[in-house]
Amino acid sequence: MTVTTGRPKAVETVTAVQVNGVSKRYGRGPLVLDGIDLEASQGEFVSILGASGCGKSTLLSLVAGLEKTTAGTITTPAGRPSLMFQEAALYPWLTAGQNIGLALKLRGVPRQERAGEIERLLALVRLSGSADARPHELSGGMRQRVAMARALAQDARVLLMDEPFAALDAITRDALHDELVRLWSETGLTVVFVTHNVREAVRLGQRVVLLSSRPGRVLRSWDVAIDGPRRIESAAVANLSVEITDALRAEIARHAR
Amino acid sequence: MPADLTGDQALDLTEAEDAEGRALAGLDALEESTVPTRPRWRRMLAAAYPPVLAVVIIIAIWQFLYDLDFTTDDVLPRPLDAWDAVSGFWHAGTFWPSIFGSLGYGALGFAIAAGFGTPLGLLIARVRPVRAGLGPIVTGLQNLPSVAWVPVAIIWFHLSPGTKLFVVVMGAFPSIANGVVAGVDQVPPIFLRVGQVLGARRLNLARHVIVPAVLPGYIGGLRQGWSFAWRSLMAAEIITVGLGHGLGQLLQEAQDQTDLAQGLAVIVLILAVGVAVEVVLFRPVERLVLRRRGLVVAGR
Repeated sequence: MTVTTGRPKAVETVTAVQVNGVSKRYGRGPLVLDGIDLEASQGEFVSILGASGCGKSTLLSLVAGLEKTTAGTITTPAGRPSLMFQEAALYPWLTAGQNIGLALKLRGVPRQERAGEIERLLALVRLSGSADARPHELSGGMRQRVAMARALAQDARVLLMDEPFAALDAITRDALHDELVRLWSETGLTVVFVTHNVREAVRLGQRVVLLSSRPGRVLRSWDVAIDGPRRIESAAVANLSVEITDALRAEIARHAR
Repeated sequence: MPADLTGDQALDLTEAEDAEGRALAGLDALEESTVPTRPRWRRMLAAAYPPVLAVVIIIAIWQFLYDLDFTTDDVLPRPLDAWDAVSGFWHAGTFWPSIFGSLGYGALGFAIAAGFGTPLGLLIARVRPVRAGLGPIVTGLQNLPSVAWVPVAIIWFHLSPGTKLFVVVMGAFPSIANGVVAGVDQVPPIFLRVGQVLGARRLNLARHVIVPAVLPGYIGGLRQGWSFAWRSLMAAEIITVGLGHGLGQLLQEAQDQTDLAQGLAVIVLILAVGVAVEVVLFRPVERLVLRRRGLVVAGR
């Protein structure tokens, strides 16, 4: 099943992520992903939605190049993607600034340019004063913003996000939705955002792709045709969420014994 | 990504974004800790006085038992007799040579054990057949009383410094090796994944991720290794009397002269040196490493 964006675009689209017929199984275990086709164009925000066992995290690991596919191909013409997890996973022996600095260093940014870059990236996630703070001194939301700055420090054109806000409280999550959309529109990044939260998927994505569970297959995709700023409470978000939730429930019910 | 985003001014914020930003700043401020910290000297005082008080109480009980006078001074000397024994070492000029003699051997043996135990621990942690084969043996050695090595050491090295060092090394290296193994095993897998995402391969991954992540477990292993080294050395010194000065020799001397006061006094000295090394060297390093990572709450 091929998913096309179907979205009318004035400008020529450039592919950022191309997933063709990708399957994955671990050892002799069952299929985790089965023939996934997925495409994200440059600057697009794609939400990937699915219940437990749909292989969302596996899919991102494959796209990030951390694991090998069992079948099919993945190409990322825009270069190596960056990946964020549910935990910020900042290194506790480094300060917030040093965590970002390590990403710059591993990317090959010369030492004398790093300090300025760290400052710029922290300002971008509105944490200018926190360069010297240690991760444990920051709140969960602040840590996740440092992780975001660290991901941006890689200068990747594609950002893969694996339920990055799932462990945060609702108020913080809401604020970080705003932040993410602002960063996305400012930087022109391609974002592939995995979640099991329907409203979050619709709130953020230009397109929502629904995966089945065990194995993960692409079931359906929706274009989110909402113009202008939206919020998690927006009626348009709620309306589409109802439709998608119904499809998600139908898929989950299939697994009942 | 535009290169001119240097701050809020350059971001050219819309009104809505500005409101979002202020809400975010408010959230950040609310998360800040508001618990005041106690000054450093107050904390040190609070940590020091309970053990000091305990020592005073123990000595008072000792004196009280002595005053009951239910037995002879050979069996229960006065606390002051033990003090006299210590000042006797002082006047005989054996006080510092004994302490530094023992500390020297302890430190040298510990250093050899660390130099040997660290790479061994890495091998056990990272090479599967080595772990399966040597892992249980090293753990078993950790439980072996190192005094068991003394006869073997004497046969191999006779009454030489090599005997003491051998026993110390055999006592200390298993703890150090196991500390490395525990440290490597406890590195959260996500740290490695993040390292890979950031583009760190082999050497960079080891240098920037694995080594710092292993540090707390390693320091714990070193600390335990030192305590084993110190115990082993005392056992070796008692048996290899006549090789220079050492606290173990003083113990043996007490036994030879049936001088209980001296025996008890030397035990106190051995304890004191052990505690001093712990307090001066290992505890500050461990606390620094843990506190920087938020593993102990600062200000307590």
